[in-house]
Amino acid sequence: MSRGVAMEKLTDGHIIRRYDGELDNLRLIALEMGGLVINLLGDALNAFKTQDLDLAHKVVAMDNQVDELEVKADQEIANIIAKRCPVSSDLRMVMAVSKSVSDLERIGDEAVRIAGLAIQAIGNEASDPNSQMLRDVNRIGSMAMSGLRSAVEIFDIWDEEKALQVIENHNDMEEEFQADLRHLITYILEDYRNIGFAISVVLVIKSLERVGHHAQNLAEYVVFQVSGEDIRSDQPS
Amino acid sequence: MTPMFFNQFDSNIAMVNEDERQNFHRDASRLRKRLQISSRDKEVVEDDGTVGQWSISDPRISCRNVDVNYGDKQAIKKVNLDIGRNEVLSFIGPSGCGKSTLLRCLNRMNDTIPGCRVSGEIKLDDEDVYLKHIDVVPLRAKVGMVFQKPNPFPKSIFENVAYGPRIHGLTATKDGLAEVVESSLRRAGLWEEVKDYLDHPGTSLSGGQQQRLCIARTIAVNPEVILMDEPCSALDPIATAKIEQLIDELREQYTIVIVTHSMQQAARVSQRTAYFHLGKLIEVGETASVFTQPIHKLTDDYISGRFG
Repeated sequence: MSRGVAMEKLTDGHIIRRYDGELDNLRLIALEMGGLVINLLGDALNAFKTQDLDLAHKVVAMDNQVDELEVKADQEIANIIAKRCPVSSDLRMVMAVSKSVSDLERIGDEAVRIAGLAIQAIGNEASDPNSQMLRDVNRIGSMAMSGLRSAVEIFDIWDEEKALQVIENHNDMEEEFQADLRHLITYILEDYRNIGFAISVVLVIKSLERVGHHAQNLAEYVVFQVSGEDIRSDQPS
Repeated sequence: MTPMFFNQFDSNIAMVNEDERQNFHRDASRLRKRLQISSRDKEVVEDDGTVGQWSISDPRISCRNVDVNYGDKQAIKKVNLDIGRNEVLSFIGPSGCGKSTLLRCLNRMNDTIPGCRVSGEIKLDDEDVYLKHIDVVPLRAKVGMVFQKPNPFPKSIFENVAYGPRIHGLTATKDGLAEVVESSLRRAGLWEEVKDYLDHPGTSLSGGQQQRLCIARTIAVNPEVILMDEPCSALDPIATAKIEQLIDELREQYTIVIVTHSMQQAARVSQRTAYFHLGKLIEVGETASVFTQPIHKLTDDYISGRFG
Protein backbone atom coordinates (compact mmCIF):
# COMPACT_ATOMS: atom_id res chain seq x y z
CA MET A 1 0.00 0.00 0.00
CA SER A 2 1.45 3.31 -0.98
CA ARG A 3 2.09 6.01 1.53
CA GLY A 4 -0.45 8.34 -0.05
CA VAL A 5 -3.23 5.82 0.31
CA ALA A 6 -2.29 5.08 3.89
CA MET A 7 -2.36 8.74 4.81
CA GLU A 8 -5.57 9.52 3.01
CA LYS A 9 -7.26 6.54 4.62
CA LEU A 10 -6.05 7.35 8.07
CA THR A 11 -8.64 9.68 9.46
CA ASP A 12 -10.32 11.35 6.49
CA GLY A 13 -13.38 10.64 4.46
CA HIS A 14 -16.03 9.70 7.00
CA ILE A 15 -19.54 10.77 6.17
CA ILE A 16 -19.73 12.11 9.71
CA ARG A 17 -16.99 14.72 9.56
CA ARG A 18 -16.78 15.16 13.30
CA TYR A 19 -15.53 11.56 13.44
CA ASP A 20 -12.61 12.56 11.18
CA GLY A 21 -11.88 15.35 13.63
CA GLU A 22 -12.02 13.08 16.65
CA LEU A 23 -9.64 10.55 15.14
CA ASP A 24 -7.32 13.33 14.03
CA ASN A 25 -7.39 14.83 17.50
CA LEU A 26 -6.45 11.46 18.97
CA ARG A 27 -3.56 11.12 16.56
CA LEU A 28 -2.36 14.63 17.45
CA ILE A 29 -2.42 13.83 21.16
CA ALA A 30 -0.16 10.84 20.49
CA LEU A 31 2.13 13.03 18.38
CA GLU A 32 2.22 15.71 21.06
CA MET A 33 3.22 13.07 23.58
CA GLY A 34 5.86 11.85 21.14
CA GLY A 35 7.31 15.34 20.78
CA LEU A 36 7.28 15.83 24.52
CA VAL A 37 9.12 12.61 25.32
CA ILE A 38 11.70 13.31 22.61
CA ASN A 39 12.45 16.61 24.38
CA LEU A 40 12.44 14.99 27.80
CA LEU A 41 14.86 12.28 26.78
CA GLY A 42 17.15 14.78 25.05
CA ASP A 43 17.18 17.01 28.14
CA ALA A 44 17.74 14.08 30.48
CA LEU A 45 20.74 12.92 28.46
CA ASN A 46 22.16 16.44 28.36
CA ALA A 47 21.66 16.81 32.09
CA PHE A 48 23.56 13.57 32.67
CA LYS A 49 26.39 14.45 30.31
CA THR A 50 26.86 18.05 31.43
CA GLN A 51 25.98 17.45 35.08
CA ASP A 52 23.29 20.10 34.82
CA LEU A 53 21.24 19.89 38.00
CA ASP A 54 18.59 22.42 36.93
CA LEU A 55 17.94 20.66 33.67
CA ALA A 56 17.62 17.31 35.45
CA HIS A 57 15.03 18.76 37.85
CA LYS A 58 13.17 20.27 34.92
CA VAL A 59 12.89 16.83 33.30
CA VAL A 60 11.50 15.32 36.49
CA ALA A 61 8.91 18.10 36.71
CA MET A 62 7.90 17.83 33.05
CA ASP A 63 6.96 14.17 33.33
CA ASN A 64 3.56 15.20 34.71
CA GLN A 65 2.65 16.62 31.34
CA VAL A 66 3.30 13.27 29.70
CA ASP A 67 1.08 11.53 32.23
CA GLU A 68 -1.68 14.09 31.70
CA LEU A 69 -1.58 13.55 27.95
CA GLU A 70 -1.82 9.81 28.45
CA VAL A 71 -4.95 10.25 30.57
CA LYS A 72 -6.38 12.61 27.97
CA ALA A 73 -5.68 10.11 25.18
CA ASP A 74 -7.34 7.31 27.15
CA GLN A 75 -10.44 9.44 27.65
CA GLU A 76 -10.63 10.28 23.97
CA ILE A 77 -10.22 6.61 23.08
CA ALA A 78 -13.05 5.59 25.42
CA ASN A 79 -15.25 8.34 23.93
CA ILE A 80 -14.55 7.27 20.36
CA ILE A 81 -15.22 3.61 21.10
CA ALA A 82 -18.46 4.45 22.89
CA LYS A 83 -19.71 6.95 20.33
CA ARG A 84 -18.43 5.71 16.99
CA CYS A 85 -17.89 1.96 17.32
CA PRO A 86 -14.81 2.15 15.10
CA VAL A 87 -14.20 -0.77 12.74
CA SER A 88 -11.51 -1.80 10.27
CA SER A 89 -8.64 0.67 9.86
CA ASP A 90 -10.27 3.12 12.30
CA LEU A 91 -10.40 0.41 14.94
CA ARG A 92 -6.79 -0.52 14.30
CA MET A 93 -5.79 3.13 14.52
CA VAL A 94 -7.56 3.56 17.87
CA MET A 95 -5.92 0.38 19.18
CA ALA A 96 -2.52 1.46 17.87
CA VAL A 97 -2.79 4.86 19.57
CA SER A 98 -4.04 3.27 22.76
CA LYS A 99 -1.01 1.00 22.95
CA SER A 100 1.39 3.68 21.78
CA VAL A 101 0.53 6.15 24.50
CA SER A 102 1.46 3.65 27.18
CA ASP A 103 4.82 3.04 25.49
CA LEU A 104 5.35 6.80 25.20
CA GLU A 105 4.53 7.22 28.86
CA ARG A 106 7.15 4.57 29.72
CA ILE A 107 9.70 6.41 27.62
CA GLY A 108 8.91 9.49 29.71
CA ASP A 109 9.55 7.40 32.82
CA GLU A 110 12.93 6.30 31.47
CA ALA A 111 13.85 9.94 30.83
CA VAL A 112 12.97 10.72 34.45
CA ARG A 113 15.08 7.79 35.58
CA ILE A 114 18.08 9.14 33.64
CA ALA A 115 17.50 12.61 35.09
CA GLY A 116 17.36 11.02 38.56
CA LEU A 117 20.69 9.31 37.96
CA ALA A 118 22.13 12.66 36.90
CA ILE A 119 20.91 14.26 40.12
CA GLN A 120 22.44 11.44 42.14
CA ALA A 121 25.75 11.53 40.29
CA ILE A 122 26.16 15.29 40.71
CA GLY A 123 25.94 15.07 44.49
CA ASN A 124 28.36 12.17 44.68
CA GLU A 125 32.16 12.59 44.63
CA ALA A 126 32.75 8.88 44.03
CA SER A 127 31.15 9.12 40.66
CA ASP A 128 33.19 11.66 38.78
CA PRO A 129 32.23 11.64 35.15
CA ASN A 130 34.62 9.77 32.96
CA SER A 131 34.88 11.07 29.42
CA GLN A 132 35.44 7.65 27.86
CA MET A 133 32.30 6.27 29.46
CA LEU A 134 30.35 9.36 28.44
CA ARG A 135 31.32 8.60 24.85
CA ASP A 136 29.47 5.29 25.14
CA VAL A 137 26.47 7.06 26.61
CA ASN A 138 26.59 9.53 23.73
CA ARG A 139 26.69 6.82 21.11
CA ILE A 140 23.82 4.72 22.43
CA GLY A 141 22.01 7.90 23.41
CA SER A 142 22.01 9.22 19.87
CA MET A 143 20.84 5.82 18.60
CA ALA A 144 17.96 5.83 21.07
CA MET A 145 17.09 9.41 20.16
CA SER A 146 17.09 8.76 16.43
CA GLY A 147 15.11 5.53 16.90
CA LEU A 148 12.55 7.42 18.92
CA ARG A 149 12.43 10.30 16.45
CA SER A 150 11.78 8.00 13.51
CA ALA A 151 9.20 6.04 15.51
CA VAL A 152 7.29 9.23 16.29
CA GLU A 153 7.71 10.39 12.70
CA ILE A 154 6.22 7.21 11.24
CA PHE A 155 3.35 7.67 13.66
CA ASP A 156 2.67 10.84 11.71
CA ILE A 157 3.02 9.45 8.19
CA TRP A 158 1.99 5.81 8.85
CA ASP A 159 4.56 4.29 6.55
CA GLU A 160 4.95 0.57 6.81
CA GLU A 161 8.36 0.39 5.15
CA LYS A 162 9.86 3.02 7.47
CA ALA A 163 8.34 1.23 10.43
CA LEU A 164 10.14 -1.96 9.41
CA GLN A 165 13.33 0.10 9.17
CA VAL A 166 12.91 1.23 12.78
CA ILE A 167 12.36 -2.36 13.86
CA GLU A 168 15.54 -3.41 12.07
CA ASN A 169 17.60 -0.54 13.46
CA HIS A 170 16.58 -1.54 16.94
CA ASN A 171 18.80 -4.57 16.53
CA ASP A 172 21.88 -2.37 15.97
CA MET A 173 21.03 -0.71 19.22
CA GLU A 174 20.91 -4.04 21.02
CA GLU A 175 24.39 -4.75 19.71
CA GLU A 176 25.61 -1.34 20.82
CA PHE A 177 24.20 -1.97 24.29
CA GLN A 178 26.04 -5.26 24.62
CA ALA A 179 29.26 -3.66 23.31
CA ASP A 180 28.94 -0.81 25.82
CA LEU A 181 28.60 -3.27 28.66
CA ARG A 182 31.85 -4.88 27.54
CA HIS A 183 33.59 -1.47 27.42
CA LEU A 184 32.40 -0.63 30.90
CA ILE A 185 33.86 -3.84 32.25
CA THR A 186 37.25 -2.93 30.85
CA TYR A 187 37.10 0.56 32.38
CA ILE A 188 36.33 -0.92 35.76
CA LEU A 189 39.15 -3.42 35.41
CA GLU A 190 41.56 -0.58 34.60
CA ASP A 191 40.66 1.42 37.68
CA TYR A 192 38.18 0.21 40.27
CA ARG A 193 37.56 3.82 41.36
CA ASN A 194 35.50 4.14 38.16
CA ILE A 195 32.92 1.80 39.53
CA GLY A 196 30.61 4.44 41.03
CA PHE A 197 30.16 6.30 37.77
CA ALA A 198 30.16 3.05 35.80
CA ILE A 199 27.10 1.86 37.69
CA SER A 200 25.28 5.08 36.82
CA VAL A 201 26.30 4.64 33.21
CA VAL A 202 25.06 1.03 33.19
CA LEU A 203 21.69 2.18 34.48
CA VAL A 204 21.53 5.00 31.93
CA ILE A 205 22.33 2.80 28.97
CA LYS A 206 19.88 0.20 30.23
CA SER A 207 17.23 2.93 30.26
CA LEU A 208 18.22 3.93 26.75
CA GLU A 209 17.99 0.33 25.65
CA ARG A 210 14.44 0.24 27.05
CA VAL A 211 13.63 3.41 25.11
CA GLY A 212 14.82 1.65 21.97
CA HIS A 213 12.54 -1.23 22.77
CA HIS A 214 9.53 1.05 23.25
CA ALA A 215 10.35 2.76 19.94
CA GLN A 216 10.33 -0.66 18.30
CA ASN A 217 6.89 -1.29 19.82
CA LEU A 218 5.63 2.01 18.36
CA ALA A 219 6.82 0.90 14.93
CA GLU A 220 5.06 -2.45 15.34
CA TYR A 221 1.78 -0.69 16.11
CA VAL A 222 2.16 1.31 12.91
CA VAL A 223 2.67 -1.88 10.90
CA PHE A 224 -0.45 -3.25 12.58
CA GLN A 225 -2.48 -0.17 11.76
CA VAL A 226 -1.44 -0.05 8.12
CA SER A 227 -1.42 -3.73 7.18
CA GLY A 228 -3.69 -5.28 9.79
CA GLU A 229 -0.91 -7.74 10.64
CA ASP A 230 0.22 -8.18 14.20
CA ILE A 231 3.94 -8.85 13.86
CA ARG A 232 4.91 -8.85 17.52
CA SER A 233 5.09 -12.62 17.79
CA ASP A 234 7.47 -12.75 14.82
CA GLN A 235 10.15 -10.80 16.63
CA PRO A 236 12.91 -12.15 18.80
CA SER A 237 12.37 -10.29 22.05
CA MET B 1 40.61 -13.59 40.35
CA THR B 2 37.76 -11.55 38.92
CA PRO B 3 38.94 -11.50 35.31
CA MET B 4 37.82 -15.09 34.77
CA PHE B 5 34.29 -14.26 35.74
CA PHE B 6 34.26 -11.19 33.56
CA ASN B 7 35.64 -13.06 30.59
CA GLN B 8 32.96 -15.63 30.80
CA PHE B 9 30.31 -12.94 31.09
CA ASP B 10 31.79 -11.25 28.10
CA SER B 11 31.80 -14.27 25.81
CA ASN B 12 28.23 -15.22 26.77
CA ILE B 13 27.06 -11.83 25.70
CA ALA B 14 28.86 -12.18 22.41
CA MET B 15 27.25 -15.54 21.71
CA VAL B 16 23.68 -14.49 22.43
CA ASN B 17 24.23 -11.43 20.39
CA GLU B 18 25.37 -13.30 17.28
CA ASP B 19 22.43 -15.73 17.46
CA GLU B 20 19.92 -12.98 17.88
CA ARG B 21 21.28 -11.04 14.98
CA GLN B 22 21.03 -13.97 12.58
CA ASN B 23 17.55 -14.79 13.78
CA PHE B 24 16.47 -11.26 13.34
CA HIS B 25 17.67 -10.83 9.78
CA ARG B 26 15.92 -13.99 8.73
CA ASP B 27 12.75 -12.78 10.42
CA ALA B 28 12.87 -9.30 8.97
CA SER B 29 13.01 -10.61 5.41
CA ARG B 30 10.20 -13.07 6.14
CA LEU B 31 8.15 -10.22 7.59
CA ARG B 32 8.73 -8.09 4.53
CA LYS B 33 7.67 -10.92 2.27
CA ARG B 34 4.52 -11.54 4.28
CA LEU B 35 3.55 -7.89 4.38
CA GLN B 36 4.21 -7.44 0.67
CA ILE B 37 1.92 -10.36 -0.09
CA SER B 38 -0.83 -8.94 2.06
CA SER B 39 -0.61 -5.51 0.47
CA ARG B 40 -0.65 -7.08 -2.98
CA ASP B 41 -3.93 -8.78 -2.07
CA LYS B 42 -5.33 -5.38 -1.28
CA GLU B 43 -4.51 -4.04 -4.73
CA VAL B 44 -5.90 -7.01 -6.66
CA VAL B 45 -9.33 -6.68 -5.13
CA GLU B 46 -10.27 -3.47 -6.89
CA ASP B 47 -11.55 -5.48 -9.89
CA ASP B 48 -14.58 -7.75 -10.38
CA GLY B 49 -15.40 -10.92 -8.54
CA THR B 50 -16.10 -11.72 -4.94
CA VAL B 51 -13.23 -11.76 -2.48
CA GLY B 52 -13.07 -13.87 0.64
CA GLN B 53 -14.49 -17.31 1.32
CA TRP B 54 -17.79 -17.32 -0.55
CA SER B 55 -17.55 -21.05 -1.00
CA ILE B 56 -17.66 -23.52 1.89
CA SER B 57 -17.82 -27.28 2.18
CA ASP B 58 -21.21 -28.92 2.75
CA PRO B 59 -23.40 -25.86 2.24
CA ARG B 60 -27.14 -25.85 2.92
CA ILE B 61 -27.84 -23.33 0.21
CA SER B 62 -25.55 -22.71 -2.72
CA CYS B 63 -25.98 -19.95 -5.30
CA ARG B 64 -24.06 -20.08 -8.58
CA ASN B 65 -23.99 -17.34 -11.20
CA VAL B 66 -27.25 -15.87 -9.99
CA ASP B 67 -28.53 -12.96 -12.08
CA VAL B 68 -31.76 -11.16 -11.26
CA ASN B 69 -33.45 -8.71 -13.60
CA TYR B 70 -36.43 -6.49 -12.97
CA GLY B 71 -37.47 -5.82 -16.57
CA ASP B 72 -34.43 -4.23 -18.21
CA LYS B 73 -32.75 -3.45 -14.97
CA GLN B 74 -30.23 -5.93 -13.64
CA ALA B 75 -30.52 -6.05 -9.85
CA ILE B 76 -28.02 -8.81 -9.17
CA LYS B 77 -24.96 -9.73 -11.20
CA LYS B 78 -23.30 -13.15 -11.15
CA VAL B 79 -23.53 -13.89 -7.46
CA ASN B 80 -21.77 -17.00 -6.17
CA LEU B 81 -22.36 -17.75 -2.51
CA ASP B 82 -22.64 -20.73 -0.17
CA ILE B 83 -24.65 -20.61 3.03
CA GLY B 84 -23.65 -23.10 5.69
CA ARG B 85 -25.64 -25.18 8.15
CA ASN B 86 -26.25 -23.76 11.62
CA GLU B 87 -24.75 -20.44 10.78
CA VAL B 88 -26.04 -16.92 10.72
CA LEU B 89 -25.03 -15.15 7.53
CA SER B 90 -25.69 -11.45 7.31
CA PHE B 91 -26.13 -9.46 4.11
CA ILE B 92 -25.00 -5.86 4.40
CA GLY B 93 -24.71 -3.06 1.87
CA PRO B 94 -26.20 0.30 0.91
CA SER B 95 -29.83 0.58 -0.20
CA GLY B 96 -30.44 -0.85 -3.65
CA CYS B 97 -27.39 -3.09 -3.57
CA GLY B 98 -29.45 -6.22 -4.15
CA LYS B 99 -29.23 -7.83 -0.74
CA SER B 100 -33.00 -8.07 -0.19
CA THR B 101 -33.46 -9.21 -3.79
CA LEU B 102 -31.07 -12.11 -3.28
CA LEU B 103 -32.72 -12.97 0.04
CA ARG B 104 -36.12 -13.11 -1.67
CA CYS B 105 -34.74 -15.38 -4.38
CA LEU B 106 -33.87 -18.01 -1.80
CA ASN B 107 -37.54 -18.95 -1.26
CA ARG B 108 -38.85 -17.63 -4.57
CA MET B 109 -40.64 -14.66 -3.08
CA ASN B 110 -39.66 -12.81 -6.26
CA ASP B 111 -41.94 -15.06 -8.35
CA THR B 112 -44.85 -12.78 -7.59
CA ILE B 113 -43.12 -9.64 -8.84
CA PRO B 114 -43.98 -8.98 -12.48
CA GLY B 115 -40.97 -8.68 -14.77
CA CYS B 116 -38.63 -10.32 -12.31
CA ARG B 117 -36.36 -12.90 -13.93
CA VAL B 118 -33.93 -15.09 -12.01
CA SER B 119 -31.23 -17.05 -13.79
CA GLY B 120 -28.37 -19.15 -12.55
CA GLU B 121 -28.66 -21.85 -9.98
CA ILE B 122 -29.90 -21.74 -6.37
CA LYS B 123 -29.74 -25.10 -4.63
CA LEU B 124 -31.25 -25.97 -1.27
CA ASP B 125 -29.78 -29.25 -0.02
CA ASP B 126 -28.54 -29.98 -3.56
CA GLU B 127 -31.93 -29.44 -5.17
CA ASP B 128 -32.47 -26.52 -7.52
CA VAL B 129 -35.33 -24.45 -6.11
CA TYR B 130 -36.07 -22.90 -9.52
CA LEU B 131 -36.90 -26.19 -11.30
CA LYS B 132 -40.33 -26.18 -12.96
CA HIS B 133 -41.81 -28.97 -10.86
CA ILE B 134 -40.92 -27.42 -7.48
CA ASP B 135 -44.01 -26.38 -5.51
CA VAL B 136 -43.33 -23.08 -3.79
CA VAL B 137 -45.66 -23.75 -0.85
CA PRO B 138 -43.57 -26.53 0.77
CA LEU B 139 -40.45 -24.62 -0.32
CA ARG B 140 -41.58 -21.62 1.68
CA ALA B 141 -42.31 -23.86 4.65
CA LYS B 142 -38.74 -25.13 4.43
CA VAL B 143 -37.37 -21.65 3.88
CA GLY B 144 -39.33 -19.36 6.19
CA MET B 145 -39.26 -15.61 6.18
CA VAL B 146 -39.52 -12.82 8.73
CA PHE B 147 -40.17 -9.33 7.42
CA GLN B 148 -39.14 -5.83 8.36
CA LYS B 149 -42.53 -4.86 9.76
CA PRO B 150 -44.15 -7.42 12.03
CA ASN B 151 -47.15 -8.75 10.10
CA PRO B 152 -49.27 -11.01 12.32
CA PHE B 153 -52.47 -12.33 10.78
CA PRO B 154 -55.62 -10.55 12.04
CA LYS B 155 -56.37 -13.55 14.22
CA SER B 156 -55.67 -14.70 17.75
CA ILE B 157 -52.13 -15.31 18.97
CA PHE B 158 -52.85 -19.05 19.00
CA GLU B 159 -54.21 -19.05 15.45
CA ASN B 160 -51.23 -17.05 14.17
CA VAL B 161 -48.90 -19.87 15.17
CA ALA B 162 -51.34 -22.76 14.51
CA TYR B 163 -52.22 -21.67 10.98
CA GLY B 164 -49.04 -22.97 9.30
CA PRO B 165 -48.88 -26.41 10.93
CA ARG B 166 -52.60 -26.86 10.16
CA ILE B 167 -52.47 -26.08 6.44
CA HIS B 168 -49.27 -28.08 6.00
CA GLY B 169 -50.93 -30.97 7.83
CA LEU B 170 -48.15 -31.30 10.37
CA THR B 171 -50.42 -32.40 13.22
CA ALA B 172 -53.69 -34.30 13.16
CA THR B 173 -54.95 -33.72 16.69
CA LYS B 174 -55.98 -30.67 18.64
CA ASP B 175 -53.59 -31.52 21.46
CA GLY B 176 -50.77 -31.96 18.98
CA LEU B 177 -51.48 -28.53 17.56
CA ALA B 178 -51.51 -26.95 21.02
CA GLU B 179 -48.16 -28.59 21.66
CA VAL B 180 -46.64 -27.19 18.48
CA VAL B 181 -47.99 -23.74 19.33
CA GLU B 182 -46.53 -23.85 22.83
CA SER B 183 -43.13 -25.14 21.77
CA SER B 184 -42.88 -22.61 18.95
CA LEU B 185 -43.80 -19.76 21.27
CA ARG B 186 -41.29 -21.05 23.82
CA ARG B 187 -38.51 -21.21 21.26
CA ALA B 188 -39.40 -17.70 20.17
CA GLY B 189 -39.09 -16.59 23.79
CA LEU B 190 -42.69 -15.37 23.88
CA TRP B 191 -44.52 -18.13 25.77
CA GLU B 192 -44.18 -16.67 29.27
CA GLU B 193 -45.49 -13.32 28.08
CA VAL B 194 -48.54 -14.57 26.15
CA LYS B 195 -49.55 -17.94 27.64
CA ASP B 196 -52.57 -16.41 29.40
CA TYR B 197 -53.68 -14.38 26.40
CA LEU B 198 -53.58 -16.92 23.60
CA ASP B 199 -57.05 -15.91 22.41
CA HIS B 200 -56.17 -12.22 22.17
CA PRO B 201 -55.55 -10.84 18.70
CA GLY B 202 -51.91 -11.00 17.55
CA THR B 203 -52.07 -7.33 16.69
CA SER B 204 -52.65 -6.43 20.35
CA LEU B 205 -49.02 -7.25 21.17
CA SER B 206 -46.19 -4.73 21.20
CA GLY B 207 -43.97 -4.41 18.11
CA GLY B 208 -41.19 -6.55 19.55
CA GLN B 209 -43.67 -9.18 20.70
CA GLN B 210 -45.36 -9.16 17.29
CA GLN B 211 -42.00 -9.76 15.63
CA ARG B 212 -41.32 -12.68 17.97
CA LEU B 213 -44.82 -13.96 17.18
CA CYS B 214 -43.90 -13.87 13.49
CA ILE B 215 -40.72 -15.81 14.27
CA ALA B 216 -42.79 -18.36 16.25
CA ARG B 217 -45.13 -18.62 13.26
CA THR B 218 -42.14 -19.26 11.00
CA ILE B 219 -40.56 -21.94 13.16
CA ALA B 220 -43.91 -23.68 13.79
CA VAL B 221 -43.69 -25.33 10.36
CA ASN B 222 -40.23 -26.82 10.98
CA PRO B 223 -38.24 -24.84 8.47
CA GLU B 224 -34.61 -25.54 7.61
CA VAL B 225 -33.73 -21.99 6.76
CA ILE B 226 -35.04 -18.72 8.18
CA LEU B 227 -34.69 -15.58 6.10
CA MET B 228 -34.94 -12.28 7.95
CA ASP B 229 -35.32 -9.01 6.11
CA GLU B 230 -34.32 -6.26 8.54
CA PRO B 231 -36.25 -7.90 11.38
CA CYS B 232 -35.33 -5.27 13.96
CA SER B 233 -35.52 -2.01 12.05
CA ALA B 234 -38.91 -1.16 13.54
CA LEU B 235 -38.02 -2.19 17.08
CA ASP B 236 -36.51 -0.45 20.10
CA PRO B 237 -33.08 -1.53 21.45
CA ILE B 238 -34.51 -3.83 24.13
CA ALA B 239 -36.78 -5.65 21.68
CA THR B 240 -33.85 -5.74 19.24
CA ALA B 241 -31.63 -7.36 21.86
CA LYS B 242 -34.31 -9.99 22.52
CA ILE B 243 -34.56 -10.82 18.83
CA GLU B 244 -30.78 -10.99 18.55
CA GLN B 245 -30.61 -13.34 21.53
CA LEU B 246 -33.32 -15.43 19.85
CA ILE B 247 -31.36 -15.54 16.59
CA ASP B 248 -28.35 -16.82 18.51
CA GLU B 249 -30.45 -19.61 20.09
CA LEU B 250 -32.15 -20.55 16.81
CA ARG B 251 -28.79 -20.91 15.08
CA GLU B 252 -28.33 -24.31 16.71
CA GLN B 253 -31.24 -25.70 14.70
CA TYR B 254 -31.56 -23.53 11.63
CA THR B 255 -29.64 -21.80 8.93
CA ILE B 256 -30.36 -18.09 9.23
CA VAL B 257 -29.81 -15.39 6.65
CA ILE B 258 -30.38 -11.85 7.86
CA VAL B 259 -30.46 -8.63 5.88
CA THR B 260 -29.63 -5.68 8.07
CA HIS B 261 -28.82 -2.03 7.72
CA SER B 262 -27.23 -1.98 11.12
CA MET B 263 -23.64 -3.04 10.72
CA GLN B 264 -23.28 -3.41 14.44
CA GLN B 265 -26.15 -5.87 14.34
CA ALA B 266 -24.41 -7.85 11.60
CA ALA B 267 -21.25 -7.81 13.71
CA ARG B 268 -23.17 -9.00 16.76
CA VAL B 269 -25.35 -11.78 15.39
CA SER B 270 -23.65 -13.32 12.39
CA GLN B 271 -20.77 -15.72 11.94
CA ARG B 272 -20.24 -14.75 8.31
CA THR B 273 -20.92 -11.46 6.60
CA ALA B 274 -21.53 -10.76 2.92
CA TYR B 275 -21.15 -7.23 1.56
CA PHE B 276 -23.09 -6.23 -1.57
CA HIS B 277 -22.53 -3.18 -3.73
CA LEU B 278 -24.52 -2.22 -6.86
CA GLY B 279 -25.82 -5.75 -7.39
CA LYS B 280 -22.45 -7.41 -6.93
CA LEU B 281 -21.33 -9.55 -4.06
CA ILE B 282 -18.09 -7.83 -3.14
CA GLU B 283 -16.78 -9.66 -0.13
CA VAL B 284 -17.72 -12.59 2.09
CA GLY B 285 -15.84 -13.64 5.17
CA GLU B 286 -15.84 -14.43 8.85
CA THR B 287 -17.67 -11.56 10.52
CA ALA B 288 -14.79 -10.84 12.90
CA SER B 289 -12.29 -10.46 10.09
CA VAL B 290 -14.65 -8.46 7.85
CA PHE B 291 -15.03 -5.89 10.62
CA THR B 292 -11.38 -5.73 11.64
CA GLN B 293 -9.50 -6.39 8.40
CA PRO B 294 -11.81 -6.17 5.41
CA ILE B 295 -10.05 -7.17 2.21
CA HIS B 296 -11.90 -4.99 -0.31
CA LYS B 297 -11.72 -1.22 -0.26
CA LEU B 298 -15.46 -0.89 -0.92
CA THR B 299 -16.21 -3.03 2.13
CA ASP B 300 -13.78 -1.03 4.21
CA ASP B 301 -15.31 2.30 3.15
CA TYR B 302 -18.86 1.10 3.77
CA ILE B 303 -18.35 -0.39 7.22
CA SER B 304 -16.26 2.51 8.46
CA GLY B 305 -18.78 5.05 7.20
CA ARG B 306 -16.72 6.70 4.48
CA PHE B 307 -17.74 8.17 1.14
CA GLY B 308 -18.19 5.32 -1.33
